[in-house]
Amino acid sequence: MIDVQNLRVSFGQGASLVHAVDGVSFSVREGETFGLVGESGCGKSTVLRALCSLNPDWTGTVSIAGAALAPVPDRAFFRRLQMVFQDPYGSLHPRHTVNTTLGEPLAIHNIPDRDRRIIEVLDQVGLGAAFRYRYPHQLSGGQRQRLAIARALILEPRVLLLDEPTSALDVSVQAEILNLLSDLRRARGLTCILVSHDLAVVAHMCDRLAVMMQGRIVEELDVAALSAGRTTTAYGAGLLAASRGYDKRLASSLTADEPGA
Amino acid sequence: MSTARTWLRAEVTTSPLHARLQRGYYGWLRLRSNPLAFAGFLILIGLVLVAALAPVIAPLGYNEQSLAMRLKAPSAEHWFGTDELGRDIFARIVWGARITIYISTLVAVIAAPIGLAVGTTAGYFGGWTDTVLMRINDMFLSFPGLILALGFVAALGPGIGNAVIAIALTAWPPIARLARAETLTIRASDYIAAVRIQGAGPLRIILRHIVPMCVPSVVVRVTLNMAGIILTAAGLGFLGLGAQPPTPEWGAMLSTGRQNMLGAWWIAAVPGCAILLTSLAFNLFGDGLRDVLDPRSE
Repeated sequence: MIDVQNLRVSFGQGASLVHAVDGVSFSVREGETFGLVGESGCGKSTVLRALCSLNPDWTGTVSIAGAALAPVPDRAFFRRLQMVFQDPYGSLHPRHTVNTTLGEPLAIHNIPDRDRRIIEVLDQVGLGAAFRYRYPHQLSGGQRQRLAIARALILEPRVLLLDEPTSALDVSVQAEILNLLSDLRRARGLTCILVSHDLAVVAHMCDRLAVMMQGRIVEELDVAALSAGRTTTAYGAGLLAASRGYDKRLASSLTADEPGA
Repeated sequence: MSTARTWLRAEVTTSPLHARLQRGYYGWLRLRSNPLAFAGFLILIGLVLVAALAPVIAPLGYNEQSLAMRLKAPSAEHWFGTDELGRDIFARIVWGARITIYISTLVAVIAAPIGLAVGTTAGYFGGWTDTVLMRINDMFLSFPGLILALGFVAALGPGIGNAVIAIALTAWPPIARLARAETLTIRASDYIAAVRIQGAGPLRIILRHIVPMCVPSVVVRVTLNMAGIILTAAGLGFLGLGAQPPTPEWGAMLSTGRQNMLGAWWIAAVPGCAILLTSLAFNLFGDGLRDVLDPRSE
């Protein structure tokens, strides 16, 4: 479904050139959820932004649903692929009502039957038609993220990119959103890429995952191996150990490894 | 009355009109809670009413001369006195309100869209578009407004219409600057990224997603600028390059009053006070408008 070969993304020029993503390859099968994990700044979000063409300066070959990704894709491309952003407080237009937010993608793609589709998708994400004429500031964080998911789904995409969809939310709301995403994924047969630094979220949602470090994939493993703690690289093992909570001995051994520490 | 109020305060809005009215209602409440801004608002409403009802308030018109009644001090018959041709200054101020409103609205209607269009385009596209548009902007900004307006009037000929065009041409660059700065922060936001990956083109993104976010600050800016615009218009009138006699433009009235300043202070003082009061009202109202138009403070 998604095939990425040797993806490179760099920012800046000359001496300040930074290879944010440095030759990443992976593939995701149809209906599968693939996790990208790694510490902050390892390039996992940049991979997602390149896949949905928010960052046009990439090299490599990417094919999505059998078609090669063009640097400037046509409008039809976006009906196959949508994205849910990390921060629901920043990803919704503050002056657009729920109705406008959901009607916009339909208007862009000239899709008829807007009223029915909007009410339908609001029901599917558990908001209901009563929310239709509210502004984002009248919604809670969880409700906003549900709206963002509804906006991504209203075009009925086959691929959904999830950029840390729960990290900006309250712990109690995180589980709700994750369950909603699993349900929708199953009901619609979505292929997903989930970016997260929370290994528990990845273990809950994904079938397979890749560990990224400094713009490269250092390790790919399936979720069973993750749960059993069977990592093949030292970095993967370190990440796993770090996710189990703060450990004084581990922390001091990590800082001891760093040059200059 | 109370049912209308509950409907406006309803937790759940039931239609686009309802949602919009509710936002307007909360904006109104915020304006009411700010006494200074509300005072400015009332003065402006008063100005509009006076202008609209000029034929009722001063039925004799602004050009009724009576040389026997020249330079009379304010009295019960002539509230603001009479000028050097025996014309009632009160009537002239009332009719002059129309010209002030005409100039300020027309300038706002011309300058705000130009400024918004240039600023958002430059900010959204960046690169060459930004450089070219902003250098043009700098050229307009580097002239003092009144001097540039003087130049235009000299080229186009005196008159209110040309004065409006000249002032509008000097009023748009600061608006464009403001709109560009706002656009630079807005275009990096996730909600613009979201609409981009829905497949929206630049025109749609600018008009439907960026402009609505810039409008509040532009409206505030235009309102605050309005005082300056009225003063520039009055200045052109004062220099004899704006409205021509016998049009009762406040700046031109001030200019003729100057000749009799020592003997008949009211001829210059009354239009001066009218200009002052209107500029002040616009400034007070503009300050309060900032709170009213901020969607996050609801």
